[in-house]
Amino acid sequence: MRADYITTNIAIAEGAMAAGLMFYAGYPITPASDLFEYLASVLPSRNGVVAQFEDEIASINAVIGASWAGVKAMTATSGPGFSLMVEGLGLAIITEAPLVVVDIMRAGPSTGVPTKATQSDVYQVRFSSHGIYSIPVLVPWSAQEGFDLAVKAFNIAERLRTPVVLLSDAVLAHAWEKVSLRSSEEIQVVNRKKPKNLEEGMFPFKPENDLVPPMPCFGEGFGVKVESLSHDERGWYAPDNETYKKLVWRLVKKIENNMSLIWDSERYFTNDAEYAIVAYGSVARPAYAAVKEFRREGYKFGLYRLKTLWPFNDRDVANSLRKIKKVFVVENNEGKMYREIARSVKSAEVISVPLINLEVPPPEEIEEAVKEWL
Amino acid sequence: MALTRVIAEHPLSKYLVNERLPHAWCPGCGLGITLGAILRAVDRKVREGKIDIKKLVLVSGIGCSARASFYVRFDSAHTIHGRAIPFATGAKLANPSLEVIVFGGDGDIAGIGGNHLIHAARRNMDLLVFMVSNLVYAMTGGQVAPTTPTGLFTTTTPYGNPERPINVVKLVASQNPNYVARASATHPALIEQYTYRALGMEGFRFIEVISMCPEVFGRHIGYNDPVSLYKAIKSKTRVKARPSLDEADYDWNHGWVLGEFIIKNNPGYLRTTGRWRA
Repeated sequence: MRADYITTNIAIAEGAMAAGLMFYAGYPITPASDLFEYLASVLPSRNGVVAQFEDEIASINAVIGASWAGVKAMTATSGPGFSLMVEGLGLAIITEAPLVVVDIMRAGPSTGVPTKATQSDVYQVRFSSHGIYSIPVLVPWSAQEGFDLAVKAFNIAERLRTPVVLLSDAVLAHAWEKVSLRSSEEIQVVNRKKPKNLEEGMFPFKPENDLVPPMPCFGEGFGVKVESLSHDERGWYAPDNETYKKLVWRLVKKIENNMSLIWDSERYFTNDAEYAIVAYGSVARPAYAAVKEFRREGYKFGLYRLKTLWPFNDRDVANSLRKIKKVFVVENNEGKMYREIARSVKSAEVISVPLINLEVPPPEEIEEAVKEWL
Repeated sequence: MALTRVIAEHPLSKYLVNERLPHAWCPGCGLGITLGAILRAVDRKVREGKIDIKKLVLVSGIGCSARASFYVRFDSAHTIHGRAIPFATGAKLANPSLEVIVFGGDGDIAGIGGNHLIHAARRNMDLLVFMVSNLVYAMTGGQVAPTTPTGLFTTTTPYGNPERPINVVKLVASQNPNYVARASATHPALIEQYTYRALGMEGFRFIEVISMCPEVFGRHIGYNDPVSLYKAIKSKTRVKARPSLDEADYDWNHGWVLGEFIIKNNPGYLRTTGRWRA
């Protein structure tokens, strides 16, 4: 383990490499480019591949191809690039290709403000591909968590054979902080299940009890069929209702049923709290400061911070906030995750505090907005 | 003694998922002929010990041609429309010991996937790309393709195609890849010959195969049966040993020159990035 003073972008790159990243494909986009540049300088010396493609569409498809060729692969982008990747994300989902997409949110829609952060993509990363599926989305609030959640994202991807989104933003991306970097030997590294014999390898989509199939890859002699159409356990196209339902329910349930592997949240000062702020990502930082200030002023506030956005854990959210009278969902958007919180929490009044601020709302702005409801 | 010899199985059956046959392609379609010719070239390379069938991967996008991924017994991927080339590139870069073939149609490779084609050729990426040009979007019912010759009727050009077709041979050649050839499903021996040469070569290799779609191309322009379309296409193709790029131009009246336009041995992407494995 060594400590270094780095940005969240670099921390994510380091976490990915510690987890076993061997292939990175990307296209330049603010505020993700320097993550790409950093990997281009260091990954080749670890025998990994870094390549710049003609667009984000090519980048994610190359990452899927690399995943099926047996290596851990990643790309990073921002909202506009993610929009282009959505098509490929669907391919990764239906072919169950483990990979990580880092989305470093900037202000949208469209070109928006490339250098500034909002939390505009929290639905895009979850719902933008057509079809029936579920996808894990992890959301760090610091450079350290960029490292930690990059490792976790790869482990989930490999464990569940799924794409995983790591959702950062433009403020975190270039925030310099001290980070404890651990080597591959110092962290838990999960690798995809492999077929135990030729027979198993002939069924690239036949799940075990955990709903996850072992993954045969190219060049291993299995004659693997990677299939974007609805397919049976062999990877053969089957347009019938039974096969389709079985496939998409499994794609959903292998994620939702493995909630404990994915979901994480943190509580601060919630033991005696009457009020709670719910926040995630960069906004949780000033929210934490606002909570401390409220407590200084005598209001019993706590902070409930989401480290995972999707799959959404209704039960953990409801349990964590069950003793709270008023819940304030503070976000740097028009109030997106508020809907999920309000749906889950029946025991308290849930209030949306949407603070759109390209500089990230400072603690005072949060306090002021929340106080209106006290 | 019987005059005919009964063969228990198809000579290419070891390369085919026989349980998935018969294939989905229409009678008179050029795709089966093309795939057969490619597999015969593969078989020769395998028997010569130059290709390990375990390392061969066929990547396709979407469309009639893309169904080839269903039928080959070795590794294959049926990906998304236009994206076979970047998927294949990722697989090749991640595991350079693979020999990766892309098999697509003209809409797939030159239409929606055109940008990926240009950049893979520019990089001299170590891939072998087949573009089977049936001059129409066939699986979706016969809409105009980027390769449809000017004036021809399709379902989306009911008054005749007003546009000029793309010359993909010239386009790819402009990026200086290692191999560019054009064959035709009316000349399967040429497809086999060109494939045999291109398999295992370094760098980017591109083979266009002019093909027949009697169902939704031929019928719209007055060829009411597969044989008449086949004869028309055959009469519009001329084979030349090493044609010049200027001879790659085509239109419906003058047809196509077939041949090997470019054969080079420049370092491919993997060699220039220090990852080439012979």
